[in-house]
Amino acid sequence: MDTTFTFAMADLGVLAPEILLLTMASLILVIDVYLPERMREFTFQLSQSTLIGAALLVFATYPTQSEVVMSGMYVNDAMGAVLKLFISLIVFMSFIYARSYLRARDLYKGEFFVLGLFATLGMFVMVSAHNLLMVYLGLELLSLSLYAMVAMHRDSANATEAAMKYFVLGALASGMLLYGMSILYGLTNSLDLSEILTAMQADSEQKMVMVFALVFIVIGLAFKLGAVPFHMWIPDVYQGAPTPVTLFISSAPKLAAFAIVMRLLVDGMAPLQDSWSGMLIILSVLSMIIGNVVAIAQTNLKRMLAYSTISHVGFLLLGVLTGTQSGYAASMFYTIVYTLMSMGGFAVILLLSRAGFEAEELDDLKGLYDRNSWYAAIMAILMLSMAGVPPMLGFWAKWAVLNQIVSAGLLWLAIVAVVFSVVGAFYYLRVLKLMYFDKPEDNTPIEAPLDMRLALSANGLAILALGLLPTPLMTLCFSVMGLS
Amino acid sequence: MLVLSDFLILGAVLFCLSIAGIFLNRKNVIILLMCIELMLLSVNMNFIAFSYFNADITGQIFVFFILTVAAAESAIGLAILVVLFRNKNTINVEDIDSMKG
Repeated sequence: MDTTFTFAMADLGVLAPEILLLTMASLILVIDVYLPERMREFTFQLSQSTLIGAALLVFATYPTQSEVVMSGMYVNDAMGAVLKLFISLIVFMSFIYARSYLRARDLYKGEFFVLGLFATLGMFVMVSAHNLLMVYLGLELLSLSLYAMVAMHRDSANATEAAMKYFVLGALASGMLLYGMSILYGLTNSLDLSEILTAMQADSEQKMVMVFALVFIVIGLAFKLGAVPFHMWIPDVYQGAPTPVTLFISSAPKLAAFAIVMRLLVDGMAPLQDSWSGMLIILSVLSMIIGNVVAIAQTNLKRMLAYSTISHVGFLLLGVLTGTQSGYAASMFYTIVYTLMSMGGFAVILLLSRAGFEAEELDDLKGLYDRNSWYAAIMAILMLSMAGVPPMLGFWAKWAVLNQIVSAGLLWLAIVAVVFSVVGAFYYLRVLKLMYFDKPEDNTPIEAPLDMRLALSANGLAILALGLLPTPLMTLCFSVMGLS
Repeated sequence: MLVLSDFLILGAVLFCLSIAGIFLNRKNVIILLMCIELMLLSVNMNFIAFSYFNADITGQIFVFFILTVAAAESAIGLAILVVLFRNKNTINVEDIDSMKG
């Protein structure tokens, strides 16, 4: 193996978004220390401009074809670029949503934004990783930032308990993934994903041992995605973490998790496709069943959305397990749509919360229509979209993955998916019933800063508008997978 | 003479011990942190063994990164543990169960 590290100045241009994120995150960390409390707004503005800058740089380095730089460490392809653009957008939106909640609870500190930016950097690295080492480092940068963010509310017993659970199970998942990687390294004698692929294609005798490594890698990925039976951390973390952090965890990291599933399973281990497809079928079916059924029993809104996340993870695995380019495109579309919906759902919880009051229970949504019909309509759009009711965007996402598994010949799986999304519709529609037909229990007016109201309205309307016109986003996802 | 499989068996035994430790331990959160550390070390053992017997240096470089990340990880874990103790006055695993459903 060629171990000499060649360095070309031109490679740095491809890394520009990551370099900007790293420099700015470190700079903001220092600047924030010297800022007086009343100037905290400046930290927020700097973070937001960093995200805009990173998105612009991703756009500027948008590749015409897949290129591997930095001696095979890093890959810049269309899928990665699109995912990075959406990650920047979603982190940008979640910072806007987080602001008033954090300020009301004396959590409006620079740490939130710095950790958020480092997490974004971790996600960018995961999306572009082309080497097991980069996958691991990106994943850890993201996870370590998230553990700290969950524990940020230091006086809340639930938040610290959630952080501890997240930490232990997250570390366990990393350990599993690493163990799989070490076996893979021993078999192929390389950490580079394309060299692993070549070694696997050449050597079919060691298939049994490779499946052994694959099992550990799939378990690690399933932990990070939150697929049943490795979902235990999701409900507790979603419920315990401060709501802006829950919003953050439930949205952008799912895009990055989808990316490493693609990098490891498809770019690195494609010859084992029949093995990992089988494993993903089990994960996906169990996630759809457990997620949708247990969500019905929940009274806590954040916990209900956590189980809904689990069921959505089951759905997004459906596209990947077909093992075709169009299947991957459908999964990517599903993941993007899911992050947009989940972000909106948690933003409504943030909107209803105020100093000293968490709108966490389902009962807190009672009579939202009487209190404010506009936000009730936004929430209704989001819930219908999650349930997969046409013409919302969520319907097209479900339609895209179901279409792919039917053409892959897995009709029974499509039937299971449809049956359990009908079961899932029950708890989404219950939210609608609470909002429109019940009387409000408290009539405190809903107040929020202008930027949050605009962002939330745009979020809800985007779900409706993209649902009426799904073609551009869907075409984008199919074209980045090399399909027209 | 030690062969590759000796190291792999040692790695696997350490890995299983750490997993068992995480799931069986109901007493102390610090033991959980120790188990996590042990798990990463077992992976390091695998990487070094493969690296030596396959005569490829990249595995050992990976080990350096794992060691560094493990240090950062236990720093965050202990920080969370301190906050947890301040809020709950206990680090007993069985008492960390206020959220259910």
